[in-house]
Amino acid sequence: MLEVQNLSMRFGGLLAVDQVSMDVQEHEIVSIIGPNGAGKTTVFNCMSGFYRPTGGKILYRGQEIQGKPDHKISRMGLVRTFQHVRLFSRMTVVENLLVAQHRHLNTNLIAGLLNTPSYRKREQKSLDRAAYWLDRVGLLELANREAGNLAYGQQRRLEIARCMVTEPELLMLDEPAAGLNPNETRELNELIISLKEDYNVSIVLIEHDMSLVMDISDRINVINQGRPLASGKPEDIQKNDDVIKAYLGEA
Amino acid sequence: MVARNFGHALFCAMITLIISYPIVGFDLVFTGLSLELQQVEAGTIAGILLAVAAVFVFQLFRPAIMGTLARLVGLNPLANRPPMEQNKRLKLERGALTIIVLLALIWPFMASRGAVDLATLVLIYVILALGLNVVVGLAGLLDLGYVAFYAVGAYTFGLLSQYLGVSFWVALPLGALLAALFGFVLGFPVLRLRGDYLAIVTLGFGEIIRIVLNNLTSITGGPNGIGGIPDPTLFGMEFGRRVKEEGNASFHEVFNLPYESVHKVIFLYLITLVLAVFTLVVIRRLIRMPVGRSWEALREDEIAARSLGLSRTAVKLSAFTIGAFFAGFAGTIFASKQGFISPESFVFLESAIILAIVVLGGMGSQIGVILAAIAVTILPELAREFSEYRMLIFGAAMVMMMVWRPQGLLPMRRIHVQLNRLE
Repeated sequence: MLEVQNLSMRFGGLLAVDQVSMDVQEHEIVSIIGPNGAGKTTVFNCMSGFYRPTGGKILYRGQEIQGKPDHKISRMGLVRTFQHVRLFSRMTVVENLLVAQHRHLNTNLIAGLLNTPSYRKREQKSLDRAAYWLDRVGLLELANREAGNLAYGQQRRLEIARCMVTEPELLMLDEPAAGLNPNETRELNELIISLKEDYNVSIVLIEHDMSLVMDISDRINVINQGRPLASGKPEDIQKNDDVIKAYLGEA
Repeated sequence: MVARNFGHALFCAMITLIISYPIVGFDLVFTGLSLELQQVEAGTIAGILLAVAAVFVFQLFRPAIMGTLARLVGLNPLANRPPMEQNKRLKLERGALTIIVLLALIWPFMASRGAVDLATLVLIYVILALGLNVVVGLAGLLDLGYVAFYAVGAYTFGLLSQYLGVSFWVALPLGALLAALFGFVLGFPVLRLRGDYLAIVTLGFGEIIRIVLNNLTSITGGPNGIGGIPDPTLFGMEFGRRVKEEGNASFHEVFNLPYESVHKVIFLYLITLVLAVFTLVVIRRLIRMPVGRSWEALREDEIAARSLGLSRTAVKLSAFTIGAFFAGFAGTIFASKQGFISPESFVFLESAIILAIVVLGGMGSQIGVILAAIAVTILPELAREFSEYRMLIFGAAMVMMMVWRPQGLLPMRRIHVQLNRLE
């Protein structure tokens, strides 16, 4: 469903991403791994429309999306999380989930001021969906807390729930396990698999936690210094000499 | 502790002396044709020394004093109360609002003319501050040129009445809509800007509007302004002693009352009150709607908002447009109240005062903003005897607020919702 062809991104003299290609099929978890500064997040930023790539193509269901504004890409069903949690921290947990469902705010301005029945119905639907996802990630009891006051692991889960209420087709998770303890990582592992199995979402994952990556990925792409190094099934990647060298240094 | 502060306290006391002595300690006196610098009387010198001593003592014991004050603020019984359920709170707020509005409706018939006039001005500032609260408090867009939209509203009425003889009731929506249009247009160039840059551009915009009004002498009358702006009418009844426009009746003749000039003042007050309540209710509704939540999301984290599919263009433009709309309202009322407008009423200081009201009240909090609007407008009037020190007191109050209560008088409280677990 997603195809990246020879993607390049240049910042002045720095070639951050160089000719990276990858693809994601329906119902698949694909990971991007690589040492720090390899350009993984830059690839994400290009895919989600934050950067306009300097070269290459990104096709989503056959449609070129490179250089489109980020909110349009998000509305097509490609939604992402961030390496450093980005919540609306002074809003409540449930408001965070409501905002994510407000793509078409102009159409219901008058209806909302008059509080028409159809508007109320829509609001109730948003509330119900928010409640469902809060329950799903175990935050229902905290619905009226300010998001900024949640514990770090809870904030991570809230960010994923916030993506899920938009009903995405492809979810891009940028280091979702960063800063989580082993227990929380295990819960995250189960959550991601459930997203794929129960909600039919494809997932692109950037992650440093190798046990998580090897556990849940269907395929893995390795990037090193902006260039693609290897790609394949987890067990192949584990045995690949180039990958071992890149991670451990040459012996 | 005291020993460590001693040097610092001495330094502060010296600074106080160095600043205050040359400014307050001398008088310029005419002796014949030349100006002469003279020592002021001993009482003032003693005052300066007293101030120096006060600064010294305060700085010496500062941690202890500040600690006590902080505890006093912490004693506020509302501070740590658990939040209320939404339904209960809505009912309470609605009840309180109804009572306040009823009192405000009856009050002018018992108050003096001057008081009613001042209350009208307060209400105009309430409308302005509620409007700016949308832009600054909710959407987080620092707008330093808000007064421009106020001016657009006022001049729309002024010009329409001068050239086309348009009445207040026609000009009111037109002024607001035209101001909204200006807000919308200003929104485009500043879409990409944030923070400081946005502040500078809006500041420039405010000045452009004022300078254009000042220099477009052939149309706006330039610095001479526009006079003879008509008062509002009540179903075609005028409030003057004699009817100015053909076909209109006069209020006191229709109701067979003796003519009193206060009728007009009360009527204008009531109109302003209705419009202020309208502003309050509409914006309260907007805050609880998707639009309002999107404004806040944009303030909290623009990148996250965009990544969830919110269009920056739509969110920012709606905030600017709606904020400007209510400034236009206020401007039209202002023009009608004064009967005369000139660019002098729309200087940067006005923008700054409205912004100060929003910040003092507590960004995003409507009740806080209303209280601050009342305080900021009425206090200078009460302090007329100290007119020389008015701005000084105003400034000092602002500094103290920001030190002890940076979140404002009544910070915004989140709305709580009841969620049902779904099966």
